[in-house]
Amino acid sequence: MSEIESRGYVRPEVLVPTDWVAAHLDDPGVRIVESNEDPLLYSTGHLPGAVEVDWTRDLNDPVRRDYLGREGFQALMRRLGVTRDTTVVFYGDRNNWWATYAYWVFQLFGHDKAKVMDGGRIKWVNEGRPLTKDVPSYPASDYQADERDDKRIRAFRDQVLHHVEGKKPLVDVRSPQEFSGERLHMPEYPNEGALRGGHIPGAANIPWAKAVNPEDGTFKPASELRALYENEARIKPEDDVIVYCRIGERSSHTWFVLTNLLGYKQVRNYDGSWTEWGNLVGVPIERSV
Amino acid sequence: MALPEKLNQTLETLELVPDRNERIQLLIDIAGRFEEVPPRIARRPFPPDHLVPACESQAYVFGEERPNGTLDFHFAVENPQGISAKAMAVILDETLSGAPPEQVAEVPQDIVYRVFGRELSMGKSMGLMSMVAMVANMAKKHAESRAGRS
Repeated sequence: MSEIESRGYVRPEVLVPTDWVAAHLDDPGVRIVESNEDPLLYSTGHLPGAVEVDWTRDLNDPVRRDYLGREGFQALMRRLGVTRDTTVVFYGDRNNWWATYAYWVFQLFGHDKAKVMDGGRIKWVNEGRPLTKDVPSYPASDYQADERDDKRIRAFRDQVLHHVEGKKPLVDVRSPQEFSGERLHMPEYPNEGALRGGHIPGAANIPWAKAVNPEDGTFKPASELRALYENEARIKPEDDVIVYCRIGERSSHTWFVLTNLLGYKQVRNYDGSWTEWGNLVGVPIERSV
Repeated sequence: MALPEKLNQTLETLELVPDRNERIQLLIDIAGRFEEVPPRIARRPFPPDHLVPACESQAYVFGEERPNGTLDFHFAVENPQGISAKAMAVILDETLSGAPPEQVAEVPQDIVYRVFGRELSMGKSMGLMSMVAMVANMAKKHAESRAGRS
């Protein structure tokens, strides 16, 4: 049993250790994708053979607030030389925050041959493994993408409102200051893009980074994650759960944990998140400041 | 109020590099000049009132008064992967240290977009803009304090 398998996850195969990635750097069936919060980081050096997927440029519609559609995703996959049989391995900075976001977007299009490198970029660097500034290029593929499926793992505002009215569980993964509404009370600083501070009524506040070990960025074992979400957030694997943050990026990390590591059956990420809810007219809000 | 001269020059220089990859390389080179706040100014654990709000790279800002009444700005960036925060810190230090505090106080937060371009995530832009805001607020308080002294 591997160390990751010993942690008790429901789907341990979605996580790979740095050793596994090091052994597959030249594997033509694997495409390694770096996705970062910091836009400069990839260019300072990345895993040999890794391509960059930038959330702002590569995964978003350039005009509407939405993700890219089928044609855009297909073009991206073709450019990266990814086929339907390619295993895509994501990694990135900040405890794989952006890597799990890219992973989640890929799941909207059903590319389920996808994994995340446990510990992300910092673990690879701290282990003294090689980095390169060489940007690879791969022959374009003929990837045929599915239509984007927004029903299974994505939630929209009206669905969230029904969810609230039905008193179903939500997890707000922002910081306690954002959850309480305190952060919007800092007048000389840029606001969060919302007119109101606080959180969606009934939401539990479990900041996303609680799911990782701070010393090396790896995910905590299943027993600790269960204690966090079942005891503190009071959600169970059979619950219909919606997670959210400010724009849906941090909550994709929690979506990854609940869905893949703990095996929750129905978790949706509300990517409209607080920048939508905190600006909507007439929706209920709770605040504690 | 006009931007401090050195800041304006730096922004104009950056805008001469519209190619994204070249701009990134330039900013990485700038980040390479980052020097952490000297121990005579602050030591770990850094005081929380110097922590930049909303900055995911855990940046801290410190001011040190020069004999002529202007400020030197010092920074710490606790996230070792916070390259953008380090680049921003270097630009703010090299262009605003020694500038008239009244002028620094008026530096707008959206210079961040002139440095990094518009393709910044919301969280990233908020953190970098908060660094600018913290420097400007520090200069504003210092200018008000000097006015009170005179």
